Amino acid sequence: MNLTLKVWRQKNANSSGKMVTYKAESISPDMSFLEMLDVVNESLTLKGDEPIHFDHDCREGICGMCSLYINGRPHGPKSAITTCQLHMRSFHDGETITIEPWRAGAFPVIKDLAVDRSAFDRIQQAGGYVSVNTGGVPDANIIPIPKVIADEAFNSATCIGCGACVAACKNASAMLFVSAKVSQLGMLPQGQPERWSRVQAMVAQMDAEGFGSCTNTGACEAECPKGITLINISRMNNDFFSAKLFREEKVHDHSGGSE
Amino acid sequence: MSLDAKIPQGPLAEKWSKHKFNLKLVNPANKRKYDVIVVGTGLAGASAAASLAELGYNVKAFCFQDSPRRAHSIAAQGGINAAKNYQNDGDSVYRLFYDTIKGGDYRAREGNVYRLAEVSVNIIDQCVAQGVPFAREYGGLLDNRSFGGSQVSRTFYARGQTGQQLLLGAYSALNRQIHKGKVKMYTRSEMLDVVTVDGQAKGIITRNLVTGEIDTHTGHAVLLCTGGYGNVFYLSTNAIGSNVTAAWRAHKRGAFFANPCYTQIHPTCIPVTGDHQSKLTLMSESLRNDGRVWAPKTVETAEKLRKKEITAAQVAENDRDYFLERKYPSFGNLVPRDVASRNAKEMVDDGRGVGGSGFAVFLDFADAINRLGQEAVAAKYGNLFDMYYQITDEDPYKQPMRIYPAVHYTMGGLWVDYNLSTNVPGLYALGECNFSDHGANRLGASALMQGLADGYFVIPYTLGDYLASIGPKPVDANHPAFAKTKQDVVDRINSLLALKGTKTVNEYHRDLGHIMWEYCGMARTEEGLTKAKGLIQALRADFWKNALIVGAGDEVNASLERAGRVADFLELGELLVDDALMRKESCGGHFRLESQTEEGEALRNDDVFAFVGAWQYKGDNQPEELHKETLDFEFVHLTQRSYK
Ligand SMILES: Cc1cc2nc3c(=O)[nH]c(=O)nc-3n(C[C@H](O)[C@H](O)[C@H](O)COP(=O)(O)OP(=O)(O)OC[C@H]3O[C@@H](n4cnc5c(N)ncnc54)[C@H](O)[C@@H]3O)c2cc1C
Ligand code: SF4
Ligand code: FES
Repeated sequence: MNLTLKVWRQKNANSSGKMVTYKAESISPDMSFLEMLDVVNESLTLKGDEPIHFDHDCREGICGMCSLYINGRPHGPKSAITTCQLHMRSFHDGETITIEPWRAGAFPVIKDLAVDRSAFDRIQQAGGYVSVNTGGVPDANIIPIPKVIADEAFNSATCIGCGACVAACKNASAMLFVSAKVSQLGMLPQGQPERWSRVQAMVAQMDAEGFGSCTNTGACEAECPKGITLINISRMNNDFFSAKLFREEKVHDHSGGSE
Repeated sequence: MSLDAKIPQGPLAEKWSKHKFNLKLVNPANKRKYDVIVVGTGLAGASAAASLAELGYNVKAFCFQDSPRRAHSIAAQGGINAAKNYQNDGDSVYRLFYDTIKGGDYRAREGNVYRLAEVSVNIIDQCVAQGVPFAREYGGLLDNRSFGGSQVSRTFYARGQTGQQLLLGAYSALNRQIHKGKVKMYTRSEMLDVVTVDGQAKGIITRNLVTGEIDTHTGHAVLLCTGGYGNVFYLSTNAIGSNVTAAWRAHKRGAFFANPCYTQIHPTCIPVTGDHQSKLTLMSESLRNDGRVWAPKTVETAEKLRKKEITAAQVAENDRDYFLERKYPSFGNLVPRDVASRNAKEMVDDGRGVGGSGFAVFLDFADAINRLGQEAVAAKYGNLFDMYYQITDEDPYKQPMRIYPAVHYTMGGLWVDYNLSTNVPGLYALGECNFSDHGANRLGASALMQGLADGYFVIPYTLGDYLASIGPKPVDANHPAFAKTKQDVVDRINSLLALKGTKTVNEYHRDLGHIMWEYCGMARTEEGLTKAKGLIQALRADFWKNALIVGAGDEVNASLERAGRVADFLELGELLVDDALMRKESCGGHFRLESQTEEGEALRNDDVFAFVGAWQYKGDNQPEELHKETLDFEFVHLTQRSYK
């Protein structure tokens, strides 16, 4: 198949970008979307031009590194998959495809289609853990956990940190991402001791990073490649308000102070 | 130079406890005077960095992705082994040890493997305490599944995303230490060299992948946790960025590279469809718990299937050859990977392969779906089935998967002693990056176990011994070795950027992959390997003349990053072939056609080859020197492996 691509090109964070048009020729429908871009990049390289830069690594939908806003949708037209899992058979011959980076104030562009998502890491660093050191922990089977709870915690834990939820949201809110971790640990017995401080610390960091607020539009859920649901956001809101209203625990240095 | 593995004396079960007692300790107040560099934040690196920081050391950690959570460990699917014996099916530390030694075809150290089995039980406890949501049974306790090469159920799992959940656990422990300021994390940073001062590792040189800056970092010790080198084959199940650069540059600074020819070809991957393909996708070994592997009995039936005249479902039960069940009745579909892969290749060579290209066999779930129902099958393997469907456009609930072997894992790596130290003092290697525990073939679900064992439970003890011996004096960043090594890195980048030929780096990589797969893949011969050596040398020479690298050094430049990695693969590829040529026996994943039993199984030669082959770098384009570490087997009796 032959396609026309309109691609966002931007040299670095400090320069302004623009859309540039390319032809993608002799593309096989069995190629993945990223393999199609590889083909375009090979031909750009051979002409001595700079290839289109995009983030990717595992190419099987699990590392969360790939991004791309394709024809106005994060991770492209199909639901429940990442860009690297999208195949060209989902497009038709002759189609024009627009490819842009994630757009959000908290995700500045690094180059072309790659953005800086380190804000996500900083939110996790603020409290996305159970404070246990290596060693000295009890036997794994000491605490039975009902299967339904374990399964539900697992569902929340499958978030790959890709940022599509932020890119999809008109407010660039990170609620879905943050709530996935808050929910996972909030549901498990291991997460109880720090449940109230964790949610406050993570939400505070989320706000500090400049993500927008949630207006319950649900675009995040619709575009999330891993099926993280809005229930996570409700759980987080519950915990957050419980923590604020009823628990007098302040947001202490969540990690347990300095060594 | 002599290779001392430093395995403690005494009975197997006491070696590690005794050793721990004998190791020197760093007192708590002194720990914060030491800086430790951890390169790589996959399972091995993240667990090591977090654990060392918890002890009080100052850690600097590095990864080339934009976040530690994206290390290739995230992609591990099937599970992690541990000798918990929760199933009461006869498992024990000794059995896990024995299965691993045997699975590795008697080419691993007894002492190391026993320790691995011993600490495996602590790993599961640790991960559960972190909130890793492993699969559970209705009673609320942990569930297990079976993996190849064993007859007990000791594999813990989190649906088909075990690596993800374990890595996110280690990442959370790492995050806690970053938050506390005990770990300084450098993302989008690639290590390009190790700095040695008076023969000891004292730092690294990195390139900032956003700005292109070349930076120097000092440390009292350097831990390489940089993963495997499977991408030397171009197509593999590894992530695109997985590379050998860190290990290879360390090798060129004196660290020995052990058993490079021990590479694992995984039997169940989605077959190649065309030249455009950039990677191969694994279908987890856990699928062999319920999936049955078969090929048509006759070439005629296979022919009809290939031409799509009939479908798999139309092949009568009688016309199917469940070849693993037929040949290996006691292990059936759960034979180790090397055995399963070779048998699939045999079917294809026999003309009985299926799929458009004929390079595939079936993995069939029809029985399991009938027996357990579609829902139960989906609960166990749903994400894998979805992944298969995405890639092939075929629904595995309705028709069998087509699978074929693909490069997956590398047992070889930097040589380390029992303390995980390379032969360069202060330079350590953990996880897939080292060669230590899997011999000539790794059992499924044992890499995650080894990475976390190294990081959580071995290095926190063994590193202290070395640090105590050198003392906490700060490392002098002004030592000329730092400036010199940095200049070497800059020069090399400049020589890559100067290449303005006509062939892209990707094409070189693909060509190298073709050579490796053709002559150094599932079946190796003296003749083929010799040919491959010449081809690789020629390709490497051509690369340094005719490669085309665009862009500049002081900006984001994927073309340059790729070029550096491929240049290293072009050197490693030759060493891999040399090692395969040297090892004139078959063992595990290394199959020399000249050395097989009458039934076509790998035939070892223990009299001559019961050693670890550790190679020493001798200068550009010079033959490397082989050092042998003899493998002594005190506790297990060496036999021809049998899974019948
Ligand atoms: C598809 C797949 C499925 C698998 N499934 C299983 C399974 O079910 N069970 C099992 O036991 N094993 C499995 N394995 C094997 C297992 O996942 C790996 O062996 C293991 O995760 C490797 O962990 P690691 O920490 O050693 O390295 P990795 O996780 O590969 O981490 C390497 C780290 O090093 C960094 N790095 C590399 N080079 C540099 C450099 N030059 N500079 C800076 N940083 C660098 C990377 O950024 C990364 O952080 C699977 C492997 C694959 C490919
Ligand atoms: S919640 Fe979904 S869309 Fe958001 S980061 Fe996680 S996986 Fe991506
Ligand atoms: S490249 Fe890893 S999720 Fe797409």
